[in-house]
Amino acid sequence: MEQFAQLVNILGTSTKTNDKLEALQNYFATATAKDKIWVIAIFSGRRPKRIVNATLLQTWCMEITGLTPWLFEECYHTVGDLGETISLLLPEPADEYLQDFHHSLTWFLEKFISIQKEDEAIRKKFILDSWQQLNRLEKFVFNKLITGNFRIGVSQTMMVNALSKTTHISPSVIAHRISGNWDPVTTEFDNLLNQTDVSADYSKPYPFYLAYAIEDDLKGLEDIHDWQAEWKWDGIRGQIIKRNNELFVWSRGEELMTDKFPEYNSFVEKLPNATVIDGEIISLALPAASGIFKPLPFSALQTRIGRKNITKKQLTEAPVGFIAYDLLEYNGIDMREKPLTERRTILEKIVNDLADPAIHLSPVIEVANWDELRQLRIASRDIGSEGIMLKRKNSIYQVGRKRGDWWKWKIDPLTIDAVMIYAQKGHGRRSNLYTDYTFAVKDGDKLVSFTKAYSGLTDKEFAQVDSFVKRNSIEKFGPVRTVKPELVFEIAFEGIAASNRHKSGVALRFPRMSRWRHDKKPEDINTLDDLKELLNTYNQQGKQ
Amino acid sequence: MPLIEFTDKGLYCRRGQFYIDPWQPVDKAIITHAHSDHARSGNKYYLCHHFTKPLLQLRLGDNIYESVDWNEPVYMNGVKVSLHPAGHIIGSAQIRIEYAGEVWVASGDYKTEDDGLSGAFEAVQCNNFITESTFGLPIYKWKKQAVIFDDIKNWVASNVSHGKKSVLIAYSLGKAQRVLKPLVETGLPVYVHGAVWNVHQALVNSGWKLPAVKRVEVDTPKEKLQGSIIIAPPSADGTPWMKRFYPYSVGTCSGWMQVRGNARRRNTDAGFALSDHADWEGLLKAVKATGAEKVFATHGFQSVFSRYLTENGIEAGEVKTAFVGEEEDNKEDEIKEAGLKPREINPEN
Repeated sequence: MEQFAQLVNILGTSTKTNDKLEALQNYFATATAKDKIWVIAIFSGRRPKRIVNATLLQTWCMEITGLTPWLFEECYHTVGDLGETISLLLPEPADEYLQDFHHSLTWFLEKFISIQKEDEAIRKKFILDSWQQLNRLEKFVFNKLITGNFRIGVSQTMMVNALSKTTHISPSVIAHRISGNWDPVTTEFDNLLNQTDVSADYSKPYPFYLAYAIEDDLKGLEDIHDWQAEWKWDGIRGQIIKRNNELFVWSRGEELMTDKFPEYNSFVEKLPNATVIDGEIISLALPAASGIFKPLPFSALQTRIGRKNITKKQLTEAPVGFIAYDLLEYNGIDMREKPLTERRTILEKIVNDLADPAIHLSPVIEVANWDELRQLRIASRDIGSEGIMLKRKNSIYQVGRKRGDWWKWKIDPLTIDAVMIYAQKGHGRRSNLYTDYTFAVKDGDKLVSFTKAYSGLTDKEFAQVDSFVKRNSIEKFGPVRTVKPELVFEIAFEGIAASNRHKSGVALRFPRMSRWRHDKKPEDINTLDDLKELLNTYNQQGKQ
Repeated sequence: MPLIEFTDKGLYCRRGQFYIDPWQPVDKAIITHAHSDHARSGNKYYLCHHFTKPLLQLRLGDNIYESVDWNEPVYMNGVKVSLHPAGHIIGSAQIRIEYAGEVWVASGDYKTEDDGLSGAFEAVQCNNFITESTFGLPIYKWKKQAVIFDDIKNWVASNVSHGKKSVLIAYSLGKAQRVLKPLVETGLPVYVHGAVWNVHQALVNSGWKLPAVKRVEVDTPKEKLQGSIIIAPPSADGTPWMKRFYPYSVGTCSGWMQVRGNARRRNTDAGFALSDHADWEGLLKAVKATGAEKVFATHGFQSVFSRYLTENGIEAGEVKTAFVGEEEDNKEDEIKEAGLKPREINPEN
């Protein structure tokens, strides 16, 4: 644990990518095989199920320290991380413990698994004993292992690169090998990284190829006939895999989502075996006879994910389809090195043969020149798309986000000028700084809140707004401050849908602060009617 | 009428006709210590401890200064005033005020751990105690100075093994002198920024025995800086002045470093939670030791601290400062250093 805690410390505090890479390499060169497996698992989101929830951790910490709930809350809001707050509040272990409590990372994680189903009293005892014996840094890491979301400034890519340096296996191969379904308890380090074919785990997806946003308009793309243009859809990127006559649906976040989409069940019968299709999981209105699909807003899809049981109502209100982009495996052969045109030809055949209302080919946009495409792009929103994808016709399917062959060319976001009315402290790097804001538009004399936004400002601007909040608080509700409605921001967003969960009646997609309008006063902001007009124009048949 | 009132200009004793650490120019000011958020310019008369006087002269120029020893009473309009060690920085004092049997103590900034340089904090019995509460939250629990010094030395050693210089960010007055001991023990040459140098010289000239340091000059050759440690104030962090030290690692000494988010926000390579303020336990201990019937908390987490005291049977209220509306944040550090800019901080020195 000590070694892992040191690693986490460097990863979490170092400001230089090279230092983090070095620390990871160092770890992979010296740690035990079993600990290494667990580090790969943790940094790729494969933690054991949490043994207790955050509320219990908090309660037990208050029991030990004798702190009242409000004081604990104050601490939490200042630190911005529950695991860290607890590690700072609990007493340091007595010296005698430090001598003989040296358990490995594996020991802790396997313990988590073994006591998962035990009574709460047993789990509590284990946690309290551990707290008593771990030092502050180890306690922090221990708490993070329990509470999950190990977001400490290390990306999966960085870990893959470090593994590549220590094992001399190429990063794309490693990225593929550590993906998919594997259990850290039963997997050996050497087996995971040195497996020779995909048969080891037949559910395994390929790493996704992602595009950067286009720079400098279309400069350097040259002949439009070298490019395949498609619409960009706003769903969840996913892979549909059929191997060993079984169907698997993976999201880009490497989450296995097969059970969430019964619409895809029929693919098991009809797809040829050993096929992997890349595409977009998206909520679609039931296609008319013409076969032209119509996407529903992302908020519709949201009603389908994160739920264990899907009701019939949800299935009718937010039916989910799949827009097929690419073919990654065919007849058990990895197709990624073949040119896009070749992959597309086979993909078209497969999807057409399927003839299933839940799957559609991503339409290729036929244009004669760039100007024509530019015109079409402006109207993207009318068909529920968020812009255009450009793919070089002879491109291979790469790993991760790469420049050159694939570009996304999104439409400009929608914007609305709004005034900040509430502020809350952020988390992590922004702890103890007011960085999470709620914005309002005008409705007659009143202000109506319609969205929150956390991003888009520079650190310097955040510091200025933070200082404004601290000087202009009107009231305090728990962690939330009401502030004088004075600062005006331009809020940019990608989409708008009707929502009965918000006072304003709308929900925005990807809202962020695009500009601080120093030039505008609160009386110059947009109105609720302006928002509603946007909703009427762009709410693509949203039914909720 | 209370012996001390909280006014727009700061703590005011009407009976004695003086202010403590006033924010705006007044006739008579008693100064707890020489940090610029406590010692402002423009007052007609300054009373402080002997150790503070040369520092005020350095920072505020020529003025009428009177200085006293610890516990040496001065009568101002019949009010008895005496200064007692606060342990914050060299010369830092708590101000004890007595009139007609009623005693008030204004703590100024203080810490309860004896750092070996700033004098040991003295608990002074009083009826009313005005305490700072910069770090008035239970998450602030300092490690012992010796332990942090070891951390700093290990960090320096690790930098040396990576061929990097160590740039340690510390306030030019207080922290910069405090970290000298462990740094000198490494045997490596210690260089300082001009702002740190000025304070260092002022202290040496008034008789303090501090380890020798070298000033980073415009023409200090790069080879000479090889393998060295550099002490710089927060205002120099991230400025072009730092470039000459490349390759280097930045360490920041501040109580705020207790929380990881702060260290990350500062973009510092290593954060050391070394503070010249009392931690939560220190504040509680100090408050109890005064035996005060009423406590006023000021600076930082004053609302949390006063609420906690009230819930635990000690009558307490909060006093707002002119500096930051709510929690003293990192920006407070910047304000401290920024206040010195015209006189001391020249990026090329």
